[in-house]
Amino acid sequence: MPTLVQPGPATAAPVSSKPRLTVARRRQYGAAYALVLPFFIIFLAMIVVPLLYAGYLSFFKDKLVGGVSFVGFENYVRALTDASFLGSVGRMALFLVTQVPFMLGLSLFFALALDSGMMRLSRFTRMAIYIPYAVPGVVATLMWGYLYGPDFGPIAQVFSALGGSPPNFFTETGMLLSIMNVVNWEFIGYNMIIIYAALRSIPTELYEAARVDGASEIRIAWSIKIPAIRPALLLTVIFSVIGTFQLFNEPKLMASLAPTVIGTDWSPNLYAYNIAFINQDTNYAAALAFLLGFVIAVVSYIVQLSAQRKERNS
Amino acid sequence: MSSQFDRRKFLIGAAGAATSGWLLAACSGGDTGSGGTPQASASQIPQADIDKALDTETTLTFWTWVPDITNQVKMFTDTYPKITVNTVNVGQGAPHYQKLRAAIQSGQGAPDVTQMEFQYIPSFTLGDAGSLLDLSPYAPADIQSFYPEWVWGQVKINNGLWGVPQDTGPMGLLYREDLLSDAGIEAPKTYDDFAAAAASYHSKNPKSYLVNVAPNQPGQMVAYLWQAGVRPFKFDGQETVTIDLANDQAQKVIKFWGDLVTSGGASNDPDFNDSWYQGLAGGKWASLPIAAWGPVFLQGTAGKTSGKWRAADLPQWDAGQTVSSNWGGSTDAVLKASKNPIAASQLALWINTNKESTLRFANEQFLFPAMNDVLTDPSFTGQESEFYGGQKVNEKFAQISETVSTDFGWLPFMDFVYSNFTETLGKAFADKTDAVAGLQAWQDGCAAYAKDQGFTVA
Repeated sequence: MPTLVQPGPATAAPVSSKPRLTVARRRQYGAAYALVLPFFIIFLAMIVVPLLYAGYLSFFKDKLVGGVSFVGFENYVRALTDASFLGSVGRMALFLVTQVPFMLGLSLFFALALDSGMMRLSRFTRMAIYIPYAVPGVVATLMWGYLYGPDFGPIAQVFSALGGSPPNFFTETGMLLSIMNVVNWEFIGYNMIIIYAALRSIPTELYEAARVDGASEIRIAWSIKIPAIRPALLLTVIFSVIGTFQLFNEPKLMASLAPTVIGTDWSPNLYAYNIAFINQDTNYAAALAFLLGFVIAVVSYIVQLSAQRKERNS
Repeated sequence: MSSQFDRRKFLIGAAGAATSGWLLAACSGGDTGSGGTPQASASQIPQADIDKALDTETTLTFWTWVPDITNQVKMFTDTYPKITVNTVNVGQGAPHYQKLRAAIQSGQGAPDVTQMEFQYIPSFTLGDAGSLLDLSPYAPADIQSFYPEWVWGQVKINNGLWGVPQDTGPMGLLYREDLLSDAGIEAPKTYDDFAAAAASYHSKNPKSYLVNVAPNQPGQMVAYLWQAGVRPFKFDGQETVTIDLANDQAQKVIKFWGDLVTSGGASNDPDFNDSWYQGLAGGKWASLPIAAWGPVFLQGTAGKTSGKWRAADLPQWDAGQTVSSNWGGSTDAVLKASKNPIAASQLALWINTNKESTLRFANEQFLFPAMNDVLTDPSFTGQESEFYGGQKVNEKFAQISETVSTDFGWLPFMDFVYSNFTETLGKAFADKTDAVAGLQAWQDGCAAYAKDQGFTVA
């Protein structure tokens, strides 16, 4: 899957440098290239080459009977008219506009609360909120699967002990909300840490000046802190966009609890996986993966662009 | 998609299940099943060549997930010390086949011998590119007589012998003696009785059901169809498949289970997940139609219900008949690309036909045997199981194995067929909608896939 390439000056050599370099300078450059070389070898072998190969595969069709044939853009055309693929992308888009703002809002809130310095046990709280991220997604989903369980899950048992009927977590909507909940639980702490780290780097003089001017803590948060950490917030949004469209573990594991609700096409990644390994149609799966990468790139670009525009306007 | 691989999941747990009271009867010695003196037919590899190959330094690779199978492999290498076998577990079920397909496609890294379930054989013998070795020339001439007829039919397909049967899963009915007698119900003998019992049982026990119809369990549903005489899948080994899931006979079976679900007489929970295990242990179901690997599995899952279960035949469509079917079971197959086909085929044959080795499979690893010799061996059939109130459960399922109906074929893409089940018929069970319409959707889904993959659909 194409990942975002961060534009950066990491490897840009000074353009205007004279061809004559001192020995020491040259040695420094050599060392720098030697140090990034391992990364580039792995990057080439594990990302670029497979990506090119997948791109190549996506233009073929390999039938169980009849073998391989070149089909041009047929796989892409098929994907764009495939209700399963479009439906899964739509579901993730819904996920993106509902779950992500909620999650990032809470992350921001917790980060601000921790940063305000007005909390007791702030180190413990920070750890406690972060810990779910350290729990492997597989374990997390199994755990939540147990909690949601319709017969023996604790939630259901509390409900039936109180004489009510437990909510069904495994309907179409229930499952969407259940998975959103798992993702929130997993990633609120992770995003909180990114935001919190950014908050810590704001020079405290700004707060002092604001307090002298009579600003309340809330005003400081709203007018100083949040604008100052906009790049970090943007980063968490981009991560969330990518993470959302690539959702896989949670639905895959929940599928054992509600196999007919999740189906093979709940998320685009799950669908591509099933096409590749159950339908044995690697070529079509490659086309789906490329299209998904394209969707992610476009959405990420839109997010970035709108953020930049806001910055310019403000 | 993980759900259809229950037998494998069971196998993971089998070693653990061995702790309870099921006796590990000592193996009685005996002649080797594979030895003998085959009457070499023209096409057969001469015994001298086999002896020579087994006396040559050879290294074989064997991909399998069966727990403790190294025991049997060691027995083989002790007998033929010049053969070295690397036993590798590359994953259970789906991951195993994915890696096997990848290795075959890339032309390197594939094993010599591999675990291969019955329903996967056609997908590996497909067309000219078939990747399994026909074992006929390597096997004893009388090998057919080692097995019940239906087992032979699972491995001898389109004139090739594609694997050596290792274990099977004849279908029976496990039921809770205590719950049924409390409800005043006898173990149902026919499906009419079964439907009546389901309704009556549930009305007396609103929180419990006679049976569950799992919307994610194509293996079980296919076994029900198999029992009723439905033969939905055919494959000519080249490019013609027959998909006949929605015929009258199949509709009758599916309507039966669909009606049970919609009337509320049966639950429709997904199976082989934690909630289902707890349900089994907690008395949510009074019966469990399951294969011969089920009794040991259940014992490990629902340990606290020990002594309350019994094993019986599946209910019958016609009173007076006794017909069963199969769910699960596997073979050891040899890949065509193996550089040592003789040694590889002898490994597959030896561990699965040598009496001592197969008895260990049955009595130590709890693989339900495929061979007649083991199915009738007193050390296997004579075990009385406390969990089943002292019943000789092995003997019961060995009898059931004789009643499995023959000639059940598979399609060369069962992954898709099983996965599509959950999307179509399974979904109808889960949503309590028209099951027969779901069956038709399953038929249509499979046929469309077959056409898209270039098959001629008859």
